Amino acid sequence: MAYSDKVIEHAENPRNVGTLDKEDPNVGTGLVGAPACGDVMRLQIKVTDGGVIEDAKFKTFGCGSAIASSSLATEWLKGRTLDEAETIKNTDIVAELNLPPVKIHCSVLAEDAIKSAIDDYRKKQASRRAQG
Amino acid sequence: MALKLPIYMDYHATTPVDPRVLETMIPYFTEKFGNAASRSHRFGWEGEEAVGYAREQVAALINAEKPEEIVFTSGASESNNLALKGVAEFYKDKGNHIITTKVEHKAVLDTCKRLEKQGLTVTYLDVDKTGLVSVDDVRNALTDKTILVSVMLANNEVGAVQPIGEIGKLCKERGVLFHVDAVQGIGKTEFDVRAMGVDLASITAHKIYGPKGVGALYVRRSKPRVRISAQVDGGGHERGMRSGTLNVTGIVGFGKACEVLTKTWRDEVRKVEAQRNRLAEKIFKGLDEVYLNGPALDSGKRLPNNLNVSFAYVEGEGLMMAIKDVAVSSGSACTSASLEPSYVLRALGVDEELAHTSIRFGLGRFTTDEEVDFVADLVVGKVKKLRDLSPLYEMAKEGIDIKSIQWAAH
Repeated sequence: MAYSDKVIEHAENPRNVGTLDKEDPNVGTGLVGAPACGDVMRLQIKVTDGGVIEDAKFKTFGCGSAIASSSLATEWLKGRTLDEAETIKNTDIVAELNLPPVKIHCSVLAEDAIKSAIDDYRKKQASRRAQG
Repeated sequence: MALKLPIYMDYHATTPVDPRVLETMIPYFTEKFGNAASRSHRFGWEGEEAVGYAREQVAALINAEKPEEIVFTSGASESNNLALKGVAEFYKDKGNHIITTKVEHKAVLDTCKRLEKQGLTVTYLDVDKTGLVSVDDVRNALTDKTILVSVMLANNEVGAVQPIGEIGKLCKERGVLFHVDAVQGIGKTEFDVRAMGVDLASITAHKIYGPKGVGALYVRRSKPRVRISAQVDGGGHERGMRSGTLNVTGIVGFGKACEVLTKTWRDEVRKVEAQRNRLAEKIFKGLDEVYLNGPALDSGKRLPNNLNVSFAYVEGEGLMMAIKDVAVSSGSACTSASLEPSYVLRALGVDEELAHTSIRFGLGRFTTDEEVDFVADLVVGKVKKLRDLSPLYEMAKEGIDIKSIQWAAH
């Protein structure tokens, strides 16, 4: 199967690779997928007190399409509010990267990672408020 | 010499046609195009003669007693189908049990599945963690209903070379026919149908620097005389075992490829083995957590051109993309439509996690030392880069046990 130019570009030059401090209350972490399935994505967001994503980082174990999907997701997340971030759909990723049908699960995983990171952030904030 | 990209290191999948083979084939496209079955004119006689000569060349490579024991087919998948279905049908009054292994090619496994639907019983033997089948397991699986044992000469993924001679001897003692899918091993490891007691053997041209679309089934003619029921009906070609106008051009090339290999294979084994070992050494020196799949390199039980390794924490298809100037293959799920990792690696008991990180390198006749060095350096560099990108590698380095995490299957 041939890859689209956009997948190759992201896989060769992944954006926002890295790790944020998962103990930071302003950081939300999503870890999705499974090693036995061949894909694991960790996506992290750092959110301002105003609810805007100021930074996003990822690390992905997976094929080129999985790496590209998560790289693209971090690009899209930066600067968005959480509510805006939640509107990102896997189909948007499929369209942007021209993913073939067998790679749609990569985009689904990226959407799951976004949702999971936002969830984690909101839970942290809620427990902080509960404690505070 | 400047390196030419992309580099081909997937010789298990197929091989380029050797220029000597191509040269031999060319006249048979245009000038000597006769139908080998045409008995009434020179064009036909030329074709028949060329096929007869090729039959001798193929027979010589596997040490068949007579050229007539070679039945030309469209390739090894057809040969495997013909051997299994042909024996099952012909000997149905004698028995209904076939023994094979879990690491055979799909052309054998799927044929067995079909035969099971038709009422036959098939035993799929386990292999050890290096991919080798045990002769005792074959012996223990034999029943008075067993009509055929089918074991590959060498595995296409992990290069495990099966104890064919010993299994052949056992089958002779028990009066059971023995079929060998010899596609991957031929020309890379000893294969002698007479010395090894092989009754049927599948081979194909395109794995040995011949053209695609032509192969053969060796069918023993004496001690015992093996009979098979034809699976393609028609003009009664190939002594009734396989009808269809002969692919004279392809067969001529196949014959030449066999002739070249008969002369050169021992030297070639030495060459590719040295290159394979050099590749392995550089990779293992350059990286931690790299695991060899299949028999040890110096065990004498592994194809000399095969290297199959798992690069922990780096998914195979992701790595293949990162080294896209090098043609290799992976046991990763992502390379197949099924999204299941390699059934061969699973049969060896390789963890699914590690199966997803496996890469198969296949070296061959035209592999150069420069290519080996380039590929080794590239792989080491890219694996390091992808590990920097891998959450699993980071977690492992932090001392987190990846297996202790509750992963959600997806």
